[in-house]
Amino acid sequence: MSNAVPVQLTMKDFKSDQEVRWCPGCGDYAILAAMQSFLPELGIPRERTVFVSGIGCSSRFPYYLNTYGMHSIHGRAPAIATGLSVSRPDLTVWVVTGDGDALSIGGNHLIHALRRNVNLKILLFNNKIYGLTKGQYSPTSELGKITKSTPSGSSDAPFNPISLALGAEASFVARTIDSDRKHLQSVLRQAADHQGSAFVEIYQNCNIFNDGAFDVLKEPETRDDYLIRLEHGQPLTFGADGSHVVTHPAGSFGLAVGEAAATDPADVLVHDAHAEDPAYAFALSRLAGPDLRHTPVGVFRSVRRPSYDELVRNQLDAAKAKAGEPEQDLAALLNSGDTWTIL
Amino acid sequence: MAEQREGAGQLSEHPDPNEHGHPAKEVHQLDRVVIRFAGDSGDGMQLTGDRFTSETAQLGNDISTLPNFPAEIRAPAGTLPGVSSFQVAFADYDILTPGDAPNVLVAMNPAALKANIADLPKGGTIIANTDEFTKRNLQKVGYDSNPLEDDSLAGWQVHKVGLTSMTVGALAEHPVSKKDAERAKNMFALGLLSWLYSRPHESTMAFLEKKFAARPELVAANKAAFAAGWNFGETTEGFAVRYEVPPAQMAPGNYRNITGNTALALGLVAAGVRAQLPIVLGAYPITPASDILHELSKHKKFGVTTVQAEDEIAAVGVALGASYGGSLGITSTSGPGVALKSETISLAVALELPLVVVDVQRAGPSTGLPTKTEQADLSMALFGRHGEAPVAVVAAQSPTDCFHAAIEACRIALTYRTPVILLSDGYVANGSEPWLLPEISDLPDLRVEFATGPNGEDGKFYPYLRDPQTMARPWAVPGTPGLEHRIGGLEKADKTGDISYDPANHDFMVRTRAARIEAIDVPDVAVEDPSGEAKVLVLGWGSTYGPIGAAARALRQRGINVAQAHLRHLNPLPKNLGEVLAAYDKVVIPEMNLGQLAQVIRARFLIDVVGYNQVRGLPFTSTQLETMLEEVIKNV
Repeated sequence: MSNAVPVQLTMKDFKSDQEVRWCPGCGDYAILAAMQSFLPELGIPRERTVFVSGIGCSSRFPYYLNTYGMHSIHGRAPAIATGLSVSRPDLTVWVVTGDGDALSIGGNHLIHALRRNVNLKILLFNNKIYGLTKGQYSPTSELGKITKSTPSGSSDAPFNPISLALGAEASFVARTIDSDRKHLQSVLRQAADHQGSAFVEIYQNCNIFNDGAFDVLKEPETRDDYLIRLEHGQPLTFGADGSHVVTHPAGSFGLAVGEAAATDPADVLVHDAHAEDPAYAFALSRLAGPDLRHTPVGVFRSVRRPSYDELVRNQLDAAKAKAGEPEQDLAALLNSGDTWTIL
Repeated sequence: MAEQREGAGQLSEHPDPNEHGHPAKEVHQLDRVVIRFAGDSGDGMQLTGDRFTSETAQLGNDISTLPNFPAEIRAPAGTLPGVSSFQVAFADYDILTPGDAPNVLVAMNPAALKANIADLPKGGTIIANTDEFTKRNLQKVGYDSNPLEDDSLAGWQVHKVGLTSMTVGALAEHPVSKKDAERAKNMFALGLLSWLYSRPHESTMAFLEKKFAARPELVAANKAAFAAGWNFGETTEGFAVRYEVPPAQMAPGNYRNITGNTALALGLVAAGVRAQLPIVLGAYPITPASDILHELSKHKKFGVTTVQAEDEIAAVGVALGASYGGSLGITSTSGPGVALKSETISLAVALELPLVVVDVQRAGPSTGLPTKTEQADLSMALFGRHGEAPVAVVAAQSPTDCFHAAIEACRIALTYRTPVILLSDGYVANGSEPWLLPEISDLPDLRVEFATGPNGEDGKFYPYLRDPQTMARPWAVPGTPGLEHRIGGLEKADKTGDISYDPANHDFMVRTRAARIEAIDVPDVAVEDPSGEAKVLVLGWGSTYGPIGAAARALRQRGINVAQAHLRHLNPLPKNLGEVLAAYDKVVIPEMNLGQLAQVIRARFLIDVVGYNQVRGLPFTSTQLETMLEEVIKNV
């Protein structure tokens, strides 16, 4: 495969000929459109881009992109994508998954892909519900959630996907929202630039089974008070006119939200996405309560460590450097050890 | 009495006992010997057996080995569950099995004696390590009195040898700890047995130098222990006779001794070389398949990538993802792993991509007997998936055959773009035999062509437009410009591969997937019926090849006609199989399961086959098959 030549592609080039079949009003449409209009700016030829998905509403995503794509089986996309990525370093591999796919049936593959730092861009569409199976609670549904399978309310405590990814040693962890195309694309851009696993949680509205789950983060009346926009190197200030700030109270393991007016500006935390210690990003991930108040969006953590692909490739390359003609090497291999000859 | 064979003489580095006035011992020739080394899991019996095997291979005997070890890594010392054994048969003719019963039992402790004595025919030889026959060790395994001292072993020839104390004594001047000295007792035993059977010792010396390269004092100590054992045999009055087993008549060429798992791994490497494709193995450690992962992880220079995945499902996912990207994706496991992988294998059936799934079968269900053999995954391989999900199934019949079976599995996977399940089992995986090394140029050419451009007459690309010869769809790997397409587990429209819920299309695609597996070109099954007058055919598959072959041979030597056929291909079955089966009055199928092949044969050919079934975690003995077949033949 030759190296990338600058290609001028447009959003149209990335649309497949398949009819998009999500429910009208689904947040997935916005994410798809954002992705289709974002991909051309990467300058990567379509044939070198691959989308691998699992099962669920989000996992239909690959069908609608005119790249290579595989709609695989429930929860297994990170494993399949690992095999592809490790053997084909020339490709850009995206994994599209949902809260059920990635965190329930596929939880094991997700954490191990992140720990290995496989060169995958993992997009987790979190709508806090099972959509394709018509409305059961998911591993991100809030405790007490009333659904078809939990008529008396769910007894399961939910996962915090950002905390989980950080705990799994992810080198890039971000969150964004389906309806904010500009923010979504900015996060996608940083994920695409990252070497190693990039984990992006996308809050996505399921207007059929869990409508409005993220409205407080979207409505003009509430969003400023609920959202903390993370920008590396910028103070953690939010709210109308910067009314609130994030601090690290002495003696506490966690972070706190306070009023800007009552806080010494020197105590306002400055966001450091590159902090080696994941404790800071973890503390950030715990700021939001069940009501979504104080939800950070943006890149929580972005650090450089060798990708699994690189490490594997280095070993292969080192071994291959010592290789001769393959069939001669094979003959030598078969004839190795204690051999004897019968005349 | 034969001349001393080159390489079977005294240890040159050590004093020749003969020079000290001992008369040379009488040498008897034997045509076949079966030795079983038995001891505690920590006694190094597998290594001792391996070394003896290697020495024997060097001599040119035909060999067959059977390791037998517990699932526990180190069960409590001196207990019955901790007994590990290694049986090696060697002969001056070609042999098919590691022997039904040993002639010689080396018992390193009372547990090893107790666990194995029932298998040793009366008159056989026991070499027992007296140092371990302490009151406490005897009590541990329920001996009220010392069998070496009472009359209970009267029917056997017992050699009482203080293996541990003599080893420690021999190493008194060596700068090693008492523990290391005691641990060298297996080399003393090996030295003694090597003397007794006139084995060449050079390969063991070279092995010790390599194994303990970092600790020269251990090289010297282990060599000295070996020499002490050898010299003990030479000098003691206890061993009046030493034996020779002359080389077997074997086809000319280069040989090495090899286990099934190693041969299988090398077959996969060879397939990658002959296909000119990188290999990606996804695997999760599991007994008895892990050695395939270990072996392949050494061969990076051949473009072999091994991924030790987080679980069995991920392992097959990695393999399938790699195949999608144009590598030869392989996963190796045992039965419990295949169960977990079945959904991904179904996906591979739908995606029509190459995938090799190696199942080194072990006794089930569930965890079962992890270190013991069985052939009970055939039904799972053939049918163990949801929906109509046919895959090709091939089986290996002996340790060396694992090499060729692996290449055949890869050939089918690559040519027909399908998952292939390759069935091995614990018996062939851990057993070993001499391998006539193949010429690389004799191995099949497995090169494939990736799709490079549109395949439709209208200039478009159709991911599910098939090759009329193989019924395989194009292998269009990511990175190929102009062939961008989407595939997945949802039912696909014929030719375009687009999602289709059309009933007629689904019916067509299900039948097409069945037909394309059925159409795989596999060689006819060969029948061995030397007299041409046999009325009974014994049909087998997989690792029963050895015992069935030995039984058939024994019957023929007694003038009883029997025909033998052995299946490499379980799906599709060879095209001539119906004709073969119909030519005999009776078909007998011995299997280490409750009749899984028999069920298939009955269903496919409406023949009332006779099943002979055993699930003891051990291979059939040739004697039991001989007896059974004789009975069937008598009643035809």
